[in-house]
Amino acid sequence: MSESAPTADDTRRLAKEARDRVRFEEEALELSDQVYRVARRIAGSREEAEDLVQQAYERAFRSWRQYTPGTNLRAWLLRILTNLNIDRGRRQQRSPQTVPLDNEAGDYFLYNKLESQVSGENPDEERVLERLSQDSIVDALADVPHDFRDTIVLVDIGEFSYADAAQILDIPIGTVMSRLHRGRRILKKNLADKAVTA
Amino acid sequence: MIDWCDKCEEMMQPFLDGTLSDLEVAEAQSHLDKCSWCAKRYHFEERLRHYVRVAVTEPMPAELKAKLAALRTPLN
Repeated sequence: MSESAPTADDTRRLAKEARDRVRFEEEALELSDQVYRVARRIAGSREEAEDLVQQAYERAFRSWRQYTPGTNLRAWLLRILTNLNIDRGRRQQRSPQTVPLDNEAGDYFLYNKLESQVSGENPDEERVLERLSQDSIVDALADVPHDFRDTIVLVDIGEFSYADAAQILDIPIGTVMSRLHRGRRILKKNLADKAVTA
Repeated sequence: MIDWCDKCEEMMQPFLDGTLSDLEVAEAQSHLDKCSWCAKRYHFEERLRHYVRVAVTEPMPAELKAKLAALRTPLN
């Protein structure tokens, strides 16, 4: 028995699906710079970040039907990417996962330390900020334990809401808030340790 | 007696994240208006967040962008 010819409905459905798919892929590609920006700081190296982004896009393009149009596509892509990163066992992990208590200081600690290194009374904030080199900031962030770092990267670098970060990392929103609070303090302690001394 | 500088330090992150209650914002703001020591540290934190975001942002390599574009489903 020969296959029946596609009906007009089938043709219309297939054409719509092809259009939806093209639109999905275009929208996902438009977000790739932002996805890479986050991936680069979640991953341990540039090569690893590139691999992760490529794998995430391969998986996203394969499972595009699971994406609900109208929801946050950037968060959906990052969810795939962070899951892949966990699957890979964070091979390039460079920072310890336990946080010694003395690795945290209050939120004013960094400013106080940097200000004490700047000559002159009452220096303005820009001069204080100049004590931090770009390399020292990159290193200080890389040395934050990954659970805290992932949250900082999503919220402070990727500019995701707490709710989106919670969904991406599959953790409660309260955990996002506490990791962010502690993580920023650890980051500032690291920055204080790496500040330019002159 | 409340040490308002200590309290302001504790409230800095939620204040800048916009997650304090209206009452807490009013309390923090009232202290910041009077205390240049805390105000300076709040302003520094705002600048620091921006500075960190810019410092750690690397442009995506062009080759990666091309690889991603090549993953698109070919049009028939």
